[in-house]
Amino acid sequence: MIDRKLAPIFKGIDNINLLKPEHKELSNGCNIFYFNSGDQELVRIEWIFNNLHFDRTKPLLNMAVNTMLTEGTTQLSSSQIADKIDFYGAFLQVDYGFDHSQVTLYSLNKHLQYTLPVVQDILTASVFPDKELNTFIRNQQQKLQVNLQKNDVVARRLFNKAIYGNTIYGYNAEVDDYENLRREDMLVHFKQMYQPSNCIIVVSGKIEKQTIDLLTIVFGNNWENTGETANTIQSAIETATEHFYFNEKPEALQSAIRMGMPVFNRTHPDFPALQVLNTVLGGYFGSRLMANIREDKGYTYGIGSGLSSFKQTGAFFIATEVGADVCKAAVNEIEKEINILKTELISEEELDLVRNYMLGSLLGSLENVFSHADKFKNLYFSDLDYDYYERYTVTVKTITADQLLQLANKYFSYDRLYKVIVGKY
Amino acid sequence: MVKFNRFTLDNGLRVIVHEDSTTPMAVVNILYDVGSRDENPEQTGFAHLFEHLMFGGSVNIPVYDEPLQRVGGENNAFTSNDITNYYITLPSSNLETAFWLESDRMLSLAFSEKSLEVQRNVVIEEFKQRYLNQPYGDVWLRLRPMVYKQHPYRWDTIGKNIDHIENAKIDDVKAFFKQHYTPQNAIMVVGGDVSTERVKQLAEKWFGPIPPGEKYHRNLPQEPTQYEERRETVTAKVPLNDVYIAFQMESRLNKAFYPVELISDILSRGNSSRLYRSLVKEKHIFSEVHAYMTGNLDKGMFVCEGKPLKDIPVEVAEAAIWEELEKLKTTAVPEDELTKVKNKTESTMIFSEMSLLDKAMNLAYYELLGDADKLNHEIDKFLEVTPQQIQEEATKLFRKDNSSTLIYLAE
Repeated sequence: MIDRKLAPIFKGIDNINLLKPEHKELSNGCNIFYFNSGDQELVRIEWIFNNLHFDRTKPLLNMAVNTMLTEGTTQLSSSQIADKIDFYGAFLQVDYGFDHSQVTLYSLNKHLQYTLPVVQDILTASVFPDKELNTFIRNQQQKLQVNLQKNDVVARRLFNKAIYGNTIYGYNAEVDDYENLRREDMLVHFKQMYQPSNCIIVVSGKIEKQTIDLLTIVFGNNWENTGETANTIQSAIETATEHFYFNEKPEALQSAIRMGMPVFNRTHPDFPALQVLNTVLGGYFGSRLMANIREDKGYTYGIGSGLSSFKQTGAFFIATEVGADVCKAAVNEIEKEINILKTELISEEELDLVRNYMLGSLLGSLENVFSHADKFKNLYFSDLDYDYYERYTVTVKTITADQLLQLANKYFSYDRLYKVIVGKY
Repeated sequence: MVKFNRFTLDNGLRVIVHEDSTTPMAVVNILYDVGSRDENPEQTGFAHLFEHLMFGGSVNIPVYDEPLQRVGGENNAFTSNDITNYYITLPSSNLETAFWLESDRMLSLAFSEKSLEVQRNVVIEEFKQRYLNQPYGDVWLRLRPMVYKQHPYRWDTIGKNIDHIENAKIDDVKAFFKQHYTPQNAIMVVGGDVSTERVKQLAEKWFGPIPPGEKYHRNLPQEPTQYEERRETVTAKVPLNDVYIAFQMESRLNKAFYPVELISDILSRGNSSRLYRSLVKEKHIFSEVHAYMTGNLDKGMFVCEGKPLKDIPVEVAEAAIWEELEKLKTTAVPEDELTKVKNKTESTMIFSEMSLLDKAMNLAYYELLGDADKLNHEIDKFLEVTPQQIQEEATKLFRKDNSSTLIYLAE
């Protein structure tokens, strides 16, 4: 008979092996980093650009230019681009983020010779046709109207505005802003931003020599800088003095709660330790916020906390949607949990669990070659090297309850948190 | 190509092993052959509520999550109309912990009153968050009872209404467990950095002693073919009008599944798809428009959905969708366009092999469909589809008297 009450013996996680990229600099200044691994005959290629300086009078430019890259070039119409990509079973995505904007191509290797020239065309010769721009504006406005009806979206907007101010991080698009988009501005923006000296290419998948050769020709020899330097400096963030925001929705069944504050980004020596503290509080399913507010009280379907890391700054935040009638009670419980972190030592049992969970989670996040490339991007854009992940694992394995208590007192204060509630309170 | 080995324990538990040494991780995916279609019409939402209770402690292990997190693992689950699927990802060196946890909750739950009470509340909050407190969130609660009159697909997995969840009793929970959570009603897939031999040994050790339980014989009322146009209009607190047109379609195992899936791709996959190109980009009728299907084990739903632009009357929007559907019935799809959607299907399947968890879930699902190996031959079925079959299936599907139209009007 087996003893089912007894947990099987388990092993800790010792080694986490991260793949490092190979590197090639092209003659136009563009850098290629590539990760060759995997059995499937496919590849993911990302072209990543720093956003241009945020212009308050034309706040949508970074986003709009990126989103409309697939909407037409001097050679190809929007529908021709779509036809080519879809015909070869490829996926072409554009993604706008606060710091960077990117174009991503997923393609089978056998079709790269047909799909790569499409990307080259959109990166060198996009024209943002007026007809497509009008469609984009109309559709974005409608999408925004739907999103503005969602309490969690409204809470996130108010929160970002409060902690980042009138910057690229804090800006929230309004329906009218779209009306002010001009094709001429977009062309100027495009020309300055989408050039090889402002780009890195990250390739992951099964990579043969001819893949790199092909990339060298298409994005090295045949892609020139415009001569203008991309101004990618962003203004400093401006946090608001007001710390509490309540947006009342009298008919809400649930209230969205978002709390937090700016802290620092991944480059700060305390960042890994703060990640441990954050995990204890709200960073996994068994976290204190989940255990208390969902699993004990049943106030919510989910609650979590997190740390974000951007080029200029980072933030700590807690987010949830709770029953409108228990919103005050939930807020009180959040306050309690933050105060406990500052007054009581975390037990060895809980801390061990969190250590193992975090290491398992890091190991599990390296699912395939794409995830190794993602880890590299985190480092590259924070100007960190692979030592970071060693420091991270050492911190996770060795930080003490005392150190975490000190850390909580150094950085966490319920009164200093920005608090946003959308719904009923 | 996803390779695997397969064996069955004496108690009927089917086990599939997919060895993949490129990862240091293992996944354990357990599919129970029970979904919301197996619920009593007076106790809807039960399969999903039950999924929550599966994390509330089992007969020998008071809490489920903690021991798993302690060995570096993560887990989650989902419930659909057809199945309930649980999965664990953990470092492969700690594989046995997953067997210990999963076998104990297959053996028996703790059936704690406190857990039931809390999870009732959690699910009610989930109901509010996803279905009631979102614009258009209640669409499935409205559309399903229009498309289905007899079959239990007429309610959503969350349940018909909050009352059914509020009224759940511990005895109902016990009965549901006894009926559905047996080894012969489950399929387990173990994948990643594991060996078949080791999995066999662990499966015998932990799952072998579980009694087989009684076989559940599913006997659901089948949905009669629809021969009447159905329509409902609701005025709601939503920012924009919204048009839904749903059609009854054949079940997942019917050979019509393949051409119909390609029809949904022709209409709605990627920026070159017909609905997007014609109705969003060229005619400026919708800000967004989509077509998709549910792919259920019994008769499924094919759905077209779009939000018309402000100045477009809903009748015009609806007619524009129908015009595209009619084209599929009257004109053969060009070879190039058919090749395009086939290529996309093929590359999607290759890309999904990049994810260990996707592979494990797919193996379990295809085993439920009759044979895990079907996963590796699925693409051939798509490649065989002809323009003529597309036209035939479109003709069967897109009949006015097979449609259920739901219109949201913004207040």
